[in-house]
Amino acid sequence: MGGRSDHNDDAGRVGLTALRKRLESTRGREYWRSLEELADTSEFREFVHREFPKGASEWLDSMDRRRFLKLMGASFALAGLTGCRALQPEEKIVPFVRAQPYDVVPGVPLFFATAMELGGTAIGLLIKSYEGRPIKAEGNPNHPGSLGGTDLFSQGSLLTMYDPDRAQVVRHRGEEVEYDEFLQNLLPLIDGLRARKGEGLRVLTETVTSPTLGAQLETLLGQFPKARWHQYEPVGRDNELLGARLAFGRYVHTVYDLGRADVVLSLDSDFLSALPENVRYIHDFAGRRKVTTERPEMNRLYAIESTPTNTGAKADNRLAMRASEVEGFARVLAGRLGLRVRAPELRGKAAAWLDPLVSDLQGHRGSSVVIPGRGQPPAVHALAHAINQALGNVGRTVFHTAPLEVRPVDQTASLRELVRDMNAGRVGLLLVLGGNPVYTAPADLDFAGALQKVGTSVQLSLYEDETSKLTDWHIPENYYLEDWSDTRGYDGTISVVQPLIVPLYASRSAHELLNAFIGDPYREGREIVRGYWRGRHPSADFESWWERTLNRGIVEDSALPAEHVSLRPGWESDLGDYRAPPQDEMEIVFRPDPSIFDGRFANNGWLQELPKPLTKLTWDNAVLLSSRTAERLGVRNEDVVELGYRGRTVREAVWIAPGHADDSATVYLGYGRTLEGRVAEGTGFNAYLLRTSDAPWFGTGLRITKTPDTYPLVSTQSHFLLEGTDVDGMRAIVRSASLDEYRRNPAFAHEEVETTPPNDTLYPEYDYSKSDYSWGMAVDLDACVGCNACVIACEVENNSPVVGKGQVANAREMHWLRIDTYFKGSLEEPEAHFQPMFCQHCEKAPCEVVCPVYATVHSEDGLNDMIYNRCVGTRFCSNNCPYKVRRFNFLQYADKQTLSYKLGRNPDVTVRERGVMEKCTYCVQRIREAQINAENENRKVRDGEVQTACQAACPANVFTFGNMNDRDGAVFGLKQDPRNYSVLGQLDTQPHTTYLAEVRNPNPRMEESE
Amino acid sequence: MSDQQPQEANVPHEEVRSITEEESARRMPGRPPLILPGYTYRSLTEQISSIVLGRTPLGWWAGAFFLFLIVMIFLYAVGYLFYTGVGIWGVNIPIAWGFAIVDFVWWIGIGHAGTLISAILLLMYQSWRTSINRIAEAMTLFAISQAAMFPILHLGRPWLFYWLIPYPSTMNVWPQFRSSLTWDVFAITTYFIVSLIFWYMGALPDFGTMRDRAKRRIPQVLFGIVALGWRGSIKHWRNYQMAYLIIAALATPLVVSVHSVVSLDFTISIVPGWHSTIFPPYFVAGALLSGFAMVLTLVIPIRSFYRLHGLITDRYIENMARWMLVTALVVDYSYATELFMSWYSGDVFEEYMSITRMFGAYWWVWWSVMMCNVVVPQALWFRGVRRNVMAVFFVAMFINVGMWIERFMIIVVSLSRDFLPSSWEQYAGTVWDWATFIGTLGVFAWLMFLFVRLVPMISMSESKELLSEQELTAGTHA
Repeated sequence: MGGRSDHNDDAGRVGLTALRKRLESTRGREYWRSLEELADTSEFREFVHREFPKGASEWLDSMDRRRFLKLMGASFALAGLTGCRALQPEEKIVPFVRAQPYDVVPGVPLFFATAMELGGTAIGLLIKSYEGRPIKAEGNPNHPGSLGGTDLFSQGSLLTMYDPDRAQVVRHRGEEVEYDEFLQNLLPLIDGLRARKGEGLRVLTETVTSPTLGAQLETLLGQFPKARWHQYEPVGRDNELLGARLAFGRYVHTVYDLGRADVVLSLDSDFLSALPENVRYIHDFAGRRKVTTERPEMNRLYAIESTPTNTGAKADNRLAMRASEVEGFARVLAGRLGLRVRAPELRGKAAAWLDPLVSDLQGHRGSSVVIPGRGQPPAVHALAHAINQALGNVGRTVFHTAPLEVRPVDQTASLRELVRDMNAGRVGLLLVLGGNPVYTAPADLDFAGALQKVGTSVQLSLYEDETSKLTDWHIPENYYLEDWSDTRGYDGTISVVQPLIVPLYASRSAHELLNAFIGDPYREGREIVRGYWRGRHPSADFESWWERTLNRGIVEDSALPAEHVSLRPGWESDLGDYRAPPQDEMEIVFRPDPSIFDGRFANNGWLQELPKPLTKLTWDNAVLLSSRTAERLGVRNEDVVELGYRGRTVREAVWIAPGHADDSATVYLGYGRTLEGRVAEGTGFNAYLLRTSDAPWFGTGLRITKTPDTYPLVSTQSHFLLEGTDVDGMRAIVRSASLDEYRRNPAFAHEEVETTPPNDTLYPEYDYSKSDYSWGMAVDLDACVGCNACVIACEVENNSPVVGKGQVANAREMHWLRIDTYFKGSLEEPEAHFQPMFCQHCEKAPCEVVCPVYATVHSEDGLNDMIYNRCVGTRFCSNNCPYKVRRFNFLQYADKQTLSYKLGRNPDVTVRERGVMEKCTYCVQRIREAQINAENENRKVRDGEVQTACQAACPANVFTFGNMNDRDGAVFGLKQDPRNYSVLGQLDTQPHTTYLAEVRNPNPRMEESE
Repeated sequence: MSDQQPQEANVPHEEVRSITEEESARRMPGRPPLILPGYTYRSLTEQISSIVLGRTPLGWWAGAFFLFLIVMIFLYAVGYLFYTGVGIWGVNIPIAWGFAIVDFVWWIGIGHAGTLISAILLLMYQSWRTSINRIAEAMTLFAISQAAMFPILHLGRPWLFYWLIPYPSTMNVWPQFRSSLTWDVFAITTYFIVSLIFWYMGALPDFGTMRDRAKRRIPQVLFGIVALGWRGSIKHWRNYQMAYLIIAALATPLVVSVHSVVSLDFTISIVPGWHSTIFPPYFVAGALLSGFAMVLTLVIPIRSFYRLHGLITDRYIENMARWMLVTALVVDYSYATELFMSWYSGDVFEEYMSITRMFGAYWWVWWSVMMCNVVVPQALWFRGVRRNVMAVFFVAMFINVGMWIERFMIIVVSLSRDFLPSSWEQYAGTVWDWATFIGTLGVFAWLMFLFVRLVPMISMSESKELLSEQELTAGTHA
């Protein structure tokens, strides 16, 4: 759909009424991809009406090749880099496997355990490092929040690490200065503050879970009693904490055990999106969905949500509901489960849901769980706590612990207090440690205005951002891969963060900066962190404890213990009155962006180009609307609308999201950055401008006004319309059945299409009996939640380039692995299906026979090899690939000029040249490494020894890779599963990648009621 | 020169009675003569050779200069292409082949009429090939040159194109002979070489004539070199005729084989809309159709500009119009067969491809093809249309356009809707695609300009042969 900015003929508009009619007339198992293809919007008109349509992007777009080259780091400032000296920190850091020789062997990677924090929760990682260069993140299997899986942000963080736009020097009002000069200015200020007991000193941090940083801050507050410490995180846990206080009278953190939950109810919670706090939940949830003939059982997920999310897409029963109405539903549900709360009347589908839902939850006492969403108000969290207690889930699937935060606070209130003090001129020295409050603070607080009234302001952050322009001092911050620190995972488990590389630039850590106030200003981060832990482990064997901790990546037994908390008497009355939102008012919902979170990854090309789940949008955010609402407003995709909300307006482009709640609009945070890097520049719209402190997550009263403008949005999957859905259904690409159908016929996946008789071929068969290996993969569609971690992991592992919005608009994205999304059912209540799609490594590969120069050939262990050096770029292989998984370097996408950019690349994978074809290789570099190791040890590669990048990153264990010759191997076993089928098997390509058909478990009573 | 032609051509030769065209028609009803009466050997030679040896008309200079500018556009587009990469074009994934391959197939098809006219008609003693065979052969050569450029321009790394040629490589790698792209290399190279030899052979006696008639030194030397010592001895003629027939026999299978091989680029793939056994004959028919259309497109204006109505008479035009009709009918039959087979096969992908071509996003492509290649050529059933030069010219133009769009339909529309809906895409040529396409049209036309200026465009020796036969026939009738 890209590049349709000047498409404004009315003839092409989506006729939603007609659309619905059309859907009603289709039958059977029919999948459609997106709105555009459902509607007969005749996009060919574009071709007629525009002389040179989107293909002209190459030279007309602002994102042309030249810009793209800049964007991927062409001007990596060599001066700021550490050049030839060893990149690995000189201090002792401890690799992951003890048996590994600590010495660096050229070409042999080392793994180091560390952790990355995002939004107040950390995930344990193993970072692969070549000669001191971190190049790839894997999950730390020891870490309970990871168990080996990762999320897309920790995968993508490697590019942020090497981002040339990171702040590189200390600046004083824009002037480049030395850190020493800063300290010389700061220390007299500190002395003055000390004399006044810290009056006028304010520290603003993001959520602090780091015990060391917490201790430092506490020390600071001890030494400067009149100083104040404020915390603000734009995507924070306020509602969770306040809800816990409402229910239990104190701040409590809640942990779920989804591995033991048979029935899960999500109240507007997106617990399956890839965030560090969710990786374990995805793992546990997906683990309960893999059905086998021996155990045809699975969990059931009910999701009530406003915005279509991964969670809703995986839900067995999904109810689209405005975010502001979820509380009403929660109250009714609580009432039905015997809790005495005031509840409104439910109408429509929600009312029909209630009976089946209540009886299902009651039938699973102790094995069900209700999860409230981050954006839902404290009352919903309190109700969820009460419901979980009433269902006997606490202690079984729900656990309460002390908060992860060192000092849990109501962050919005905390920030409001700070701004009040700033405006009152009571702040002499403001220390902003991390974060970008000018950009992220609620619009009504006017943080930028208040900042002008501060005596001296200092910001420590990764980028010179919106805030840095207004602060007196800016200190570059260490990235977590350069830093010593500690942090807590989703269950409180502490990890010590150890650096993989010496800081690339003149950056400092928060620990070092704070230490200037409370001790030696030159004390190094490692000493500070070690000092803290030595204080907690004063025993003589601290060194061995320290080494073990760094080695394993977690502090042993540091998970927060489950605590018994009971509902506060009278909590019901403290819930307050629930007023149903006015039906005639539009609702606005704020959500962190699925790819760039709160905006901190805005300058990360990998994440910007990552297609967001379900919408498949890249490079921009949009106002998501339901089809009915869009129809009512008379808007279609890419129309620019003006959002008016509480006296502020923002212009944003529309994207119709099938399954969105009606009369509700979702805006994603994090876009519309100003003053930032070459990637972030000019992408999206800033939704923070509408966000206020009293309703940070949703509110009613939104006005949407259509403007005559359009804005090109680029989606990787809905570039065009599909004309006959019935034909599409017969392709049987995604095969699915309900649990009941599966129990009746486990081989349902094989009844949909005829397959041609095998071996109907002119060419001789490949004989794997002489070869030890025949590699293959099985992809379990039951488990895939579409979280995108694999897509980014594949890019990182395989040095995939970023191509920019203009190129994506012309379908030239370079992702070797994509997550195809198909919808089934109606526009308002679609059932989404995810299908990871990548090279299928066909036994009878159509690409192999058509290459005139043998650039793609079959290997004797069953791989479909791609020989970049031999490729001349006829692209015949791509045409003949029925899965269209081949990617072509139409231009010189990879930046091969900039020497320093090579730091972040995987040295085992070729950086591709312009004009050559590329595609998924099954991570052949990992296969060969394992084979070499096995040969050295005179054995065969063990089952599970080779993990492809997607497989290693996947928290849900969707991918299983291995040797199909090994009859005891996992892959061989899965290929015998009756759910196992080949996509487009009717073409007799005999792919080595096969899929396990999806089984869903909808509540039959709800199906009937619909 | 040219302004003197008409008078000269109409000067009645003393040996032949002056008759008008009407009179000739009266003598041979329905069959106008191939050479209008009134020509003598001398006047014929004079008229043809003077185009080359005489002064250059102003119109030629104007046209050549305009085309030269287009050639510059082409060179610029290609230079930028080599510098930047094929990404400047509109191709994407899944539509990895775009304008370049459309243009390639279109040009190769155009080349076909030349061979058919020269070789097959020669072997079948069809004397109406005489006045147009050299123009048609030149057109073939230039069309193949244009066509042969595109597969190279379209490569991701064009500087490595020679890897498709089997040569003793130090890498010990040969091209893959299973790939139809390798077959293309052989088919096109063979076709070009045979066409070149055939064209050159045919021109040998005329080069001798030109050498002898040239007044100035440079043409004398140059024509002397290319005439290879032709003296017109009876021995020369005997060997020449034999060789010419042998080469014609060698060239004949190429009429069928070249476009069949080109069609295999599509047929051996599994893309719905490509994977079809009807393609080789379908492509050959389409090639002949577009070839005749292009010959007419060239011959009609050239005849008019150089006032060659006496040599390229309306009978040539009508005969070629008949050929267009026949080949168009074969093409139309192929369209019908394709549709029928997609339904009869029961293959969902094939069925969907047919439906999407007709009613999908690219519906206008299919309907345009039907308009240009099915509906419009039916006009040629009528004698009145066939004998109306302007009407024939317009039909030919429709077919030129229609055949280009047909290749667009086959290549782009098929790729845009293959197996997995998730990868379905839309395609549009960029300004560089258009610049390259228009550029090759310019290069082609510019080469034709050079040809008519530098080489006798009508075979003098064969025309004189024809003239003598015609005189004999006329004499018998008289």
